[in-house]
Amino acid sequence: MTTTDLSADTTNEPDKFARPFRRMWPKSILPMLSYLQAMPLALILGLFLLLPILTIAMVSFWDYDSVRIYPDFVTFNYTETLGSWVTWKIYLNTFKFTLIVWGLTLLIGFWVAYFLAFHIRSTTMQMVLFLVCTVPFLTSNIIRMISWVPFLGRNGLINSSLIQLGIVPKPLEFLLFSEFAVVLAMVHLYTLFMVTPIFNTLMRIDRSLIEAARDAGASGFQILTNVIIPLAKPGIAIGSIFVVTLVMGDFITVRFMSGGQSASVGLMMANQISLLQYPAAAANAVILLIVVLLIVAAILRVVDIRKEL
Amino acid sequence: MHSETRSREFYILAFFFTLFVLFLYGPLTTIFILSFQGPSGGLTFPMNGMSLHWFSNLFEQQAVGDFGGSFRRSMILGLMTTVITVVVSLLAGLAFRRKFRGSMLLFYLAISSLVVPSILISLGIGLFFQVLGIRPAWWSSGLGAHLTWTLPFGVLIMFAVFNRFSPVYEEAARDLGANAWQTFRHVLLPMIAPSLIGVGLFGFTLSYDEFARTLMAAGTFNTLPLEIYGMTTNVTTPVLYALGTVTSVFSFLVIIAALTAIIVLGRRRAHVG
Repeated sequence: MTTTDLSADTTNEPDKFARPFRRMWPKSILPMLSYLQAMPLALILGLFLLLPILTIAMVSFWDYDSVRIYPDFVTFNYTETLGSWVTWKIYLNTFKFTLIVWGLTLLIGFWVAYFLAFHIRSTTMQMVLFLVCTVPFLTSNIIRMISWVPFLGRNGLINSSLIQLGIVPKPLEFLLFSEFAVVLAMVHLYTLFMVTPIFNTLMRIDRSLIEAARDAGASGFQILTNVIIPLAKPGIAIGSIFVVTLVMGDFITVRFMSGGQSASVGLMMANQISLLQYPAAAANAVILLIVVLLIVAAILRVVDIRKEL
Repeated sequence: MHSETRSREFYILAFFFTLFVLFLYGPLTTIFILSFQGPSGGLTFPMNGMSLHWFSNLFEQQAVGDFGGSFRRSMILGLMTTVITVVVSLLAGLAFRRKFRGSMLLFYLAISSLVVPSILISLGIGLFFQVLGIRPAWWSSGLGAHLTWTLPFGVLIMFAVFNRFSPVYEEAARDLGANAWQTFRHVLLPMIAPSLIGVGLFGFTLSYDEFARTLMAAGTFNTLPLEIYGMTTNVTTPVLYALGTVTSVFSFLVIIAALTAIIVLGRRRAHVG
């Protein structure tokens, strides 16, 4: 599938692609044509991404009571949110989830991608195995979460086999509806976002570099740390951006898998929304957005991914 | 396949990969099996007989909310999202082949559509409609919410396609006297058709399963994932698994159909030359 390759060795040569158009269209029409073609995308993103986010920013300064929200300019939505210990604890908890899930998905994702890229020799087999890894991404997240119930439940597969084997005397309670379950489900849902970009960059590493390193006497481990990992950084960065933003904004996995016993920023917002406290949720949203964008900016500072796009 | 001996690293990683695949598919397989529970069976093993009881239960309206209606809405919404995603991504891909003022800005906007947490999009669209005094509905605000998720993928795929697309074919067509439309219709379009199916596949499946962005943007009537989520809180029978099985099988069928189409188109192109 074409999705596997987001490569661009040509972005720095725009002229190569501009040529046929220049000959086909009168010169004055060309810029117009580009704008017409880009217009639908710009309109949709403007209407359903940009304006909604601006609305959030606006509403975060509004007043509200238990029934409705009022246009106003107040700052207590922010001062209340930032002044509360609960908020800080929830942010800390969300960072904890993010860090753990990021570490696990990176570890698993890298080795899966590495195996596919360097150990599978036929391209067909590579594509088939890659598809096997991506197909679950195209199925329902909620159902994939539900599907952990028969495993982790009180009478689930894990507990009943542990009891039968005599390892534990009574069912383990922490398996389902716990932070353990949240992390497990997130790793289950989000590892694919790591595998795909890392696989992409690994596939583009020139194999002769590895040969050269081997000829120069590098051990397998040295090749990994000095050649492969540095060259895989852009893919790792893209995967990390995906995973970090997904976990930071997650509310449904936390709600379903922790059974209400754990909290995240997204869940806090979802609760405020269900109580119709839209301005408070909006203030939270603005803070979350700033935090997420700062993290993304930090990742982009460390790794230059422009070559990847 | 190969005569040279595999290294120890290969076997360790192959084992790890197998575990990963089991981890990916194992849970799903269990609910497939458990959805065939007998009428007295519960949410976990053991199986109390085998039956199609829970599947028939699924189609009784009162038992599990509005399965038929929400499925129909999700289908229509998915098809609408697919068509718009394919057309808009293709146009944007064509536009991005040339530099134009604001092209980088638009590209970053598309990327941020992926990066902004879903709950923000959901809340934002919900508030936006509320402030404008428009009632949100699955086919208006819901559609917009889905497009913020599917379009970036579509645009990235088209980006990748056109980055590897050599303009010599178009030049050849032009030299043979084809006009701009003919070049597009008879040269470019057939060549990128498999990728467009890929974009469509992403558009449909991502929309069909989308939950977080739809939550506040769907209005009164639920889409299928919203309906399923509602069920998780009050349904405690294997009918939940039957629903999971039915919708997952549907997803798999869509994926298989799209992949087959991509392979067939690719073969045909290879044949023609």
